Amino acid sequence: MATLYIDNKPYDPGTGKNLLEACLSLGLDVPYFCWHPSLGSVGACRQCAVKVYKDADDKKGRIIMSCMEPVTDNQRISINDVEAKEFREHVVEWLMTNHPHDCAVCDEGGSCHLQDMTVMTGHNYRHYTYKKRTYQNQYLGPFINHEMNRCIQCYRCVRFYKDYAGGKDLDAFASRNQVYFGRHEPGTLESEFSGNLAEVCPTGVFTDKTLKEHYTRKWDLTTAPSICQHCSLGCNTIAGERYGELRSITNRYHGKVNGYFLCDRGRFGYGFVNAEGRIRKPRVNEVETDKQQAIDAVRQAIVGQRVIGIGSPRASLQANFVLKALVGEDHFYHGVSDNTHNLGELVIKILKEGPVRTPSMKEVESADAVLVLGEDLTNTAPMLALSVRQSVRQQPLKHAAASNIAPWNDAAAREFIQEEKGPLYIATVHTTKLDDVATRTYRAAPDEIARLGFAVAHFINPAAPGVNNLSEAEVELAQHIAQKLLEAKQPVVISGTSCESEHIVRAAANVAWALHEKNKQTGIVLTLPESNSMGLALMGGHRLHSALDAILNQHADTVIIMENDLYRHGPASMVDEFLKTCRKVIVLDHTQTPTTDKARIVIPSGTFAESDGVLVNNEGRAQRFFQVYESTDVIQESWRWLLTIGAAIDHPRLTKWKNFEDITKALAQEEPLLKGVDHITPPASFRMAGGQRIPRESHRYSGRTSMNAAINVSEPKPPEDPDSSLSYTMEGYRGLAPSQMIPFFWSPGWNSIQSVNKYQDEVGHSLRDGDPGVRLLEPRGTKATYFIGIPEQFVPRKGHLMAVHLHHIYGSEELSAWSPAVATRIPQPYVLLNPVDAEERNLKADDTFNFDIEDQAYAMPVKISPDMPQGVAGLPYGLAGLPYVECPSWCILKTNMSWKKEVYTP
Amino acid sequence: MEKPLTQHMRGDGAPLSLKEYERAGGYQALRKALKEMEPKAVTALVKESNLRGRGGAGFLTGMKWSFVPMNAPKPKYLICNADEMEPGTFKDRILLEQTPHQLIEGMILSAYAIQADQSYVFLRWAYKLAAKVITQAIEEAYAAGYLGKNILGSGFDLDMHLHTGVGRYMCGEETALLNSLEGKRATPRAKPPFPQISGLFGKPTIVNNVETLCCIPHIVNRGADWFKNLSPGADAGTKIYGVSGKVKKPGAWELPMTVTMRELIEDYGGGMQDGLKFRGALPGGASTDFLVEEHLDIRMDYTGVSAAGSRLGTGTMIILDDHTSVVGFVRNLEHFFAQESCGFCTPCREGLPWIEKVLRTIEIGEGKPEDIKTLEFHTKYLGPGNTFCALAPGAMEPLQSALKYFRKDFEELIRHKISA
Amino acid sequence: MLTVEEKIEIDKAIHEVPVKKAACIEALKVVQQKRRWVSDESIKDIAAYMDMSPEELDSVATFYNLIFRRPVGRHIILICDSISCYVMGQEKLTDLITKQLGIRYGQTTLDGRYTFLPNPCLGTCDHAPALMIDNDLYRDVTAEQLEEILGKYA
Ligand SMILES: Cc1cc2nc3c(=O)[nH]c(=O)nc-3n(C[C@H](O)[C@H](O)[C@H](O)COP(=O)(O)O)c2cc1C
Ligand code: SF4
Ligand code: FES
Repeated sequence: MATLYIDNKPYDPGTGKNLLEACLSLGLDVPYFCWHPSLGSVGACRQCAVKVYKDADDKKGRIIMSCMEPVTDNQRISINDVEAKEFREHVVEWLMTNHPHDCAVCDEGGSCHLQDMTVMTGHNYRHYTYKKRTYQNQYLGPFINHEMNRCIQCYRCVRFYKDYAGGKDLDAFASRNQVYFGRHEPGTLESEFSGNLAEVCPTGVFTDKTLKEHYTRKWDLTTAPSICQHCSLGCNTIAGERYGELRSITNRYHGKVNGYFLCDRGRFGYGFVNAEGRIRKPRVNEVETDKQQAIDAVRQAIVGQRVIGIGSPRASLQANFVLKALVGEDHFYHGVSDNTHNLGELVIKILKEGPVRTPSMKEVESADAVLVLGEDLTNTAPMLALSVRQSVRQQPLKHAAASNIAPWNDAAAREFIQEEKGPLYIATVHTTKLDDVATRTYRAAPDEIARLGFAVAHFINPAAPGVNNLSEAEVELAQHIAQKLLEAKQPVVISGTSCESEHIVRAAANVAWALHEKNKQTGIVLTLPESNSMGLALMGGHRLHSALDAILNQHADTVIIMENDLYRHGPASMVDEFLKTCRKVIVLDHTQTPTTDKARIVIPSGTFAESDGVLVNNEGRAQRFFQVYESTDVIQESWRWLLTIGAAIDHPRLTKWKNFEDITKALAQEEPLLKGVDHITPPASFRMAGGQRIPRESHRYSGRTSMNAAINVSEPKPPEDPDSSLSYTMEGYRGLAPSQMIPFFWSPGWNSIQSVNKYQDEVGHSLRDGDPGVRLLEPRGTKATYFIGIPEQFVPRKGHLMAVHLHHIYGSEELSAWSPAVATRIPQPYVLLNPVDAEERNLKADDTFNFDIEDQAYAMPVKISPDMPQGVAGLPYGLAGLPYVECPSWCILKTNMSWKKEVYTP
Repeated sequence: MEKPLTQHMRGDGAPLSLKEYERAGGYQALRKALKEMEPKAVTALVKESNLRGRGGAGFLTGMKWSFVPMNAPKPKYLICNADEMEPGTFKDRILLEQTPHQLIEGMILSAYAIQADQSYVFLRWAYKLAAKVITQAIEEAYAAGYLGKNILGSGFDLDMHLHTGVGRYMCGEETALLNSLEGKRATPRAKPPFPQISGLFGKPTIVNNVETLCCIPHIVNRGADWFKNLSPGADAGTKIYGVSGKVKKPGAWELPMTVTMRELIEDYGGGMQDGLKFRGALPGGASTDFLVEEHLDIRMDYTGVSAAGSRLGTGTMIILDDHTSVVGFVRNLEHFFAQESCGFCTPCREGLPWIEKVLRTIEIGEGKPEDIKTLEFHTKYLGPGNTFCALAPGAMEPLQSALKYFRKDFEELIRHKISA
Repeated sequence: MLTVEEKIEIDKAIHEVPVKKAACIEALKVVQQKRRWVSDESIKDIAAYMDMSPEELDSVATFYNLIFRRPVGRHIILICDSISCYVMGQEKLTDLITKQLGIRYGQTTLDGRYTFLPNPCLGTCDHAPALMIDNDLYRDVTAEQLEEILGKYA
């Protein structure tokens, strides 16, 4: 054990850290700006100065930057030394010479690291009396606001955007005291991770533009721990509300899942909660009613009727479970296409029965070789793409370490590493934004991707089945990949469901399993379509197709569809017929969709912000989101509506459950694959020291007693939360909340999100009492039973093209697409062709292309890309106005057929 | 008095051609080293010679080379720092323009010592003539088999390239220079790792000053003892000294390191211009501390100048006379440093412009007594280690010493609200 | 659009370095030499040619003071404003040039003939004050010579 003396007191600093990390991890306050736990040290701001002494006799010491010095044994440093303190104070003074002091009108005010550090260093009085420097700001798109005058030149923005996230369109310009951070010219920031600038920037240069639309100070927000709803990764978020409107999503640190960051879909996709298309009142036969009438209508529609229920991959476990209980196990259907259903089962089978564990995103970051099969991660699982981007640095960082360059010594490590990258192989249908760091890429139709995967598995371990008819180039590539994966210490195979191909997922499993036999540290990551796809798949339930059959064959009268737009999961003609045939359609949802339009009864569900629930991410980690605020009207969680309905019909099971906890307990008991989900958070009865709840509002909440003064000066009784130990007020426990239920990060002197270091074991590691969530899937298998059944070579068919889906971070996901800021970034529908295919059909870019898939006609403008495989047509997935297509499937080319585009706008 | 670096110069300012250089004994050292010496022996010899870097910091050259891992795979780099942009400094220019082959031979020998296979001359943009001369000399050296593959049949390969900069004093700082050569912003790099371990393109690299490299052939030819004996004092070799400012004959001369400041100013520089008095001098470029009258008899070697509280720096002295405003003089320097700050670290980026503004205010008679305090806290806190690189600490040297020796000048301007 | 000639010269520079990007400063120099300054358009063209983003290239371009990102005159007057020249009367020369040409630092004469810029030490301190016009260095410049010197540049 090393000893570090800080101001003459001995401490155990742990290993591998720099002095700044060590001090912060020990709970000591050392101010800093340019250092960031994920970005490392560069020594630019000079704020973290401390004194270091040669030995116990050295009384003079010298000033060093704590972020730039490794901890050594028996080192003696002082944080409190007068000179060090004075210097740190001057650093803020220097930064302040040009800072506009516009805190009162600055979005960062109250959660500003620069404010915090200014107070921490004790710089109170201004001596600089000269003119300040001023800059022009840039338009940076719908997500991020730019206010350069506030800049303190810590270089964090470019280091995150460019070095960490691989963005190309943000940089530092000019020199001396005119350094400028921005774009070459005004325009939308292209990176899918631009929102993190708002948190990485220690002051108000880059701020959340969507928050600006309905600005609220951090201390005026009511916040709750939440889970991102916009892909299967389950990033942890903090959701903030004021006046019944969701105002912001910020990162909630999770040591294993999302670390310090979020993608822009997750951060800016929340607008659907406030969108005009929200369903706020029950509707019966298209007429708005009150709660009682709605319940009455539902009762009539289900009592004595044959009822089936269709659940949802974007609804919580609780909601799905209560629906299943209401209609009975035999009548509960998963509201996803059969293909997706099968894929979900396949994924679970692989993760549970196979021998290979699925790692967290943090573990993917430290993988030293990665193979991606079929997934365009930046668009289907964005934060995983960010993890993979870090993984390519693992091997080079080891080489740097051999030359005594610590991984946290960021600039030095990058200079040493230069262009060297660890192995990353990406096999996808079309280009991806990770290609720039890939060792090699491979582009082909889904079946070909699967074949490559099978071949790699075979070359790793001949026990895995081999592939016939591979070209020489494919054999070479597969052998090369196999070789590099075998050389790695912690290889990871990534695939998922976005190609909608079981072959690809099976191939990925074969690769992982083949590797496993040689290397127990192998991991496999499989991504799924939606936020609770995994949870739903882990729950018993039948295929959607059989629900359709039940109705079409008149085995059922009434359907309850919960939080599900069936038009996204089945062909329009089929869904139309289903909804038409069904005698009574009850839909619970929060947002108007083509499905709610056809419902006889519509029940207004809460979004995640108005709900409690549990989602299971692709890692099999069950995570809870908490209600941020109680809706003012009748909106409530789907599960609570279902309980109300259960009570109205005297349902034997539902009447036993009163609240979230009752449901969750039953769920944990009854669903064998969901055992343990009742232990994700402490029970609702849990109280902190002194019997206190954990407040959703910071104690500085300025406006609670006066926020409604214009309407009524008497303060209403705050709502009680029956489902958790969070309170809706600022009253309650002031210390650190348990890691599973952190509503906001705050610590005395640390008002900005950087206070997160006070909540961690060590900076950048797990939260104090463990990272939240319960992992449900650990591999049970010890031996691989390889998948056989390798697809045939893909051969283009005359007059046909193989339609495959291309995913877009903005537009392919249902809910975020309703958010105004995200909506501006959604592409127009198109079909992407290889130049040869386009030429064969006499199509030029932007021409309209008519085709037909399973009797559904399409007409879309053509885009042409040489990177598209021949014989394959790319269709954007899920865009509004684009009918459902089950892919991959053959599309038949038509000529002169017109199809009217119907864009759905509520 | 021996003047190994300059004795063969033609005297008309034109460069020594390859033939002329060879006739004067040029490339003999290279032949000798390649034939008779192991790379390590060259390093050992240079170490023994006590040669200290002439770029300003005065680090022992042989020692610096010895940190290069000899078994590291290629490429390794040797770089000649010919960015000479320190105000008041004009010594490398002479060597570059007049004895290009001396530099090239020095570079080949140095590259051989560290087993570098690639070398660059990083030349400042303004040296147009030098660019021409060096380009031609490199071509000649290739043609003569001194550069390229299998040099003189020894099996040693070396390529040499000329890179001319596009401005910025920072490019002279050795790690910023590396960034610039990599096509990046010339901001400095953290040390450690030192360039010897992770330098240009992340590979082992040595950066040496022009004058330093020009010494190498002579050391190899004549031996360490000869080199040491050139200057009987503490430091070895000769040095190119310069004097600028209001002396009768500003210029540069190669001299043993035993020369005193007074000799330089009076014997070589011709003494102060008529009617002017010596008040002080920056002994080795803009980023060295003032020395004043009491120091006139110190020896201009590393040890002597350090003992007097300054640095030998580049050995090119700038004279402050009694008709030049001290505050204006210092303001001009600080303006330079503020302009040339790369903008990477806070104290330098924000502190230097502040200093410049304060000095300007004092200069125009609008200073306040507390301005001196502002200057003083800067001199204290822009010191070595507090800023990221040596630019800002260098900038503080003339300021802090001006406040020490010429404080009255500042105070009078402030007290009487007059302008300089 | 880069010209064929420019591309050939840039290619030569690329050939000299192990990483393509490392030649980007050379590429900027090539274009500036042909066009006197580097426009936003040129930044994009060069960036595309160098496999860089315009941001990445402009970040480099704007760092160096001798890459001109704004239009300049036919002739560039760089006066040394560093210490030895200052001592030897550079400020007077500067004022004189400003008076004679009607332009201050950073400005270009209306006829587009001269751009006037200060420049740190030209490395000829023993012959101060000094200035450089285009590629020509003038040393020991006196007020009297100024008109004649400037006159050489049409
Ligand atoms: C701001 C700054 C500018 C410098 N400029 C130069 C320069 O123009 N030429 C030079 O040789 N060294 C310069 N140096 C010193 C170099 O960093 C480096 O120490 C030197 O080139 C090493 O060569 P040497 O060991 O042969 O002296 C500068 C240092 C700093 C901090
Ligand atoms: S540079 Fe700065 S924060 Fe930044 S941490 Fe270090 S010195 Fe410290
Ligand atoms: S100070 Fe002007 S040339 Fe040196």
